[in-house]
Amino acid sequence: MLRKLPMLGRTVTAALAAISFSASVSAQTELTMYYPVAVGGPLTKIVDNMIEGFEKQNPDIDVNAIYAGNYNDARVKALAALNSGKPAQLSVMFSIDVHELMDQDAIVAFDDLVKTPEEKQWLNSFYPTLMQNGKAKGKTWGIPFQRSTIVMYYNKDAFRAAGLNPEQPPKSWDELVTMGQKLTKRDASGKVQQWGAMIPSTGYPYWMFGALTKQNGEVLMNQDGTQTFFSNPGVVEALSFWEELGSKHEIMPQGTVEWGTLRQNFLEGKTAMMWHSTGNLTTVKKNAKFDFGVAMLPAQKELGSPTGGGNFYVFKNSSPEEKAASLKLIRYMTAPEQAAGWSKATGYMGVSEDAYKTAELYDYIQKFPAAGVARDQLKHATAELSTHQAGRVRKLLDDAIQSVLTGEKEADQALASAQRQADRILKRYR
Amino acid sequence: MNRTQQLHAWLLLLPALVMLAAFTHTPAVQTLLHSFYDNPMGGKPSGFVGMENFELLLEDEIFWQVLWNNTWYGLVTVPASIALALTMAIWVNGRLEGRAIVRLAYFTPTVLPMIAVANIWLFFYTPEIGLLNNVLGWFGIDGINWLGDPDFALPSLMAMTIWKEAGFFMIFYLAALQGLDRSLYEAAAIENAGRWQVFQRITWPLLMPTTLFIFINALINAFKLVDHLFILTKGGPNNASNLLLYYIYENAFSFFDTAYAATLTTVMLIILALLAWLQFGVLDKGVHYR
Repeated sequence: MLRKLPMLGRTVTAALAAISFSASVSAQTELTMYYPVAVGGPLTKIVDNMIEGFEKQNPDIDVNAIYAGNYNDARVKALAALNSGKPAQLSVMFSIDVHELMDQDAIVAFDDLVKTPEEKQWLNSFYPTLMQNGKAKGKTWGIPFQRSTIVMYYNKDAFRAAGLNPEQPPKSWDELVTMGQKLTKRDASGKVQQWGAMIPSTGYPYWMFGALTKQNGEVLMNQDGTQTFFSNPGVVEALSFWEELGSKHEIMPQGTVEWGTLRQNFLEGKTAMMWHSTGNLTTVKKNAKFDFGVAMLPAQKELGSPTGGGNFYVFKNSSPEEKAASLKLIRYMTAPEQAAGWSKATGYMGVSEDAYKTAELYDYIQKFPAAGVARDQLKHATAELSTHQAGRVRKLLDDAIQSVLTGEKEADQALASAQRQADRILKRYR
Repeated sequence: MNRTQQLHAWLLLLPALVMLAAFTHTPAVQTLLHSFYDNPMGGKPSGFVGMENFELLLEDEIFWQVLWNNTWYGLVTVPASIALALTMAIWVNGRLEGRAIVRLAYFTPTVLPMIAVANIWLFFYTPEIGLLNNVLGWFGIDGINWLGDPDFALPSLMAMTIWKEAGFFMIFYLAALQGLDRSLYEAAAIENAGRWQVFQRITWPLLMPTTLFIFINALINAFKLVDHLFILTKGGPNNASNLLLYYIYENAFSFFDTAYAATLTTVMLIILALLAWLQFGVLDKGVHYR
């Protein structure tokens, strides 16, 4: 139904044009694009507005932007459309889908699409860290659009109450523990009233874990997504540390911490610190009844967080004209002015340095410095876990993490088993 | 029946048959066939692999775990929701002030969409700010990480399922109760039978066909109702609350392993077929029909 409405609009317009005898119908290129929304807020409206702006600039291109649910749904729908022979020409999908999309032979590399020097320059205009998840086999397959990192939200009032400096959030794992212990408040019977910190371990445990491993100087996989490093000593150490935050240091609840309710926990003062996506920034800003701060995640050997979010992909099964029009659209959507407006409205990152140089985003960050933390942390960021058969490999790691956090297994044993199974899956791609 | 009548009958059946064939039988057969093939890979079409997928399934620890979880889930939720439904039905069938409102109240969980109520229950179960732990806190009992503890995750899902299903089954019992012959109860009253005797000798046997219907429905639902998993646990922690259908979904749409998903679906179809056979072939014969 929704897809038919623009059709109706076009029919009416065409009819009017015919009646007024001023029909100068040029060859229209029609693009279909799926996109996901993974955070709250009126994001579909923002996307629609951007598309409208593009169509105004390019009257010969017609874009059907179709909201397709979460990342998983978007991928399923786009690939289903591909198989049905009525494919989309481009889509926004999970940045970590790249290897699977390549295995399905569904997408083209942007290196093969850009022709003019100007276009080639554009391809190099993004933050390199944001390009990591889009690169494989020496080519670029995904262009960053709705991208995020993990940051630490903390309750400044709680810091003050605990006698801590609210402008000095923990910078290292040790400080996280010592400050966390000061921030953990118990009542007379020893029941916890306020936890020191919470790191969510449902939904996307592998993502949070990517931050801890990077901070301990390790990465989870190689660039080609054919090899994982789950059982490296530094990785095991990182998981043990996560588990000990609950069992030994007692600054975090034991068992898993639910992703979906964590923000509410933070807003109700049940935890003084939380690790969460920057995509939550605008919502936290609107709903926090206390003074809150946003900081980079603490370091052990180094600072670190994985990037996250969605990239633009162009599908192979489209005509040269459609590919050119797709490229035009993607360039428009990722141009500094658009990226700046998008970032401000959502909390997602501006994808290029130029986006942060625009007056709009520059002024916003001057007034609300928390919005700049994700960008500053980018220098220390790494790619999100992405391999061939990504879903299956991700689940291996998720299960291992949860089995350790719930006390069922030891970190070394759980990760060794996950690594063994990942090797079995990935060896035929090497 | 003469020929024209025969033709007539078939023509009347045709639309339903076409729909069933197109949307139920063909996909089922295709799934079965697909489970003997592997996945297409980057241009290479899928090939016949015989029983390989099924061998993989036998070795797959998660498969056995979800099957075990599902068995438990069925064994607990089915009898519990039937017992609760029957109790509620008998209760609201009696002479009761404002029983329409009570009936409505009992039926409400059924009307609400599963995803919506799962989001509400998520906040019941949440450890720090959740309703359940706050109530426990009044009695000085330490809270439980309901969905984050492998020992409690599946029972928590069960509790919500029973709450959701009982109201629906109550409606069937209520309808059946109202159709029962009053003279039997009058006779029992003359004989001075106790309430338990009346239930045991009259109500329960006469409700047997309804119970069977509900039993089969509940059992099938135990295998096909997984909406709440998407919101509450996603099968975690570490598959402690994973169920067969959710695992099929994960394989098909998160892992894109359609061949293995087809294999799992075949297993599920066999289980459901066995349950249907149980209803029509075995239990039906032992049930008292008037």
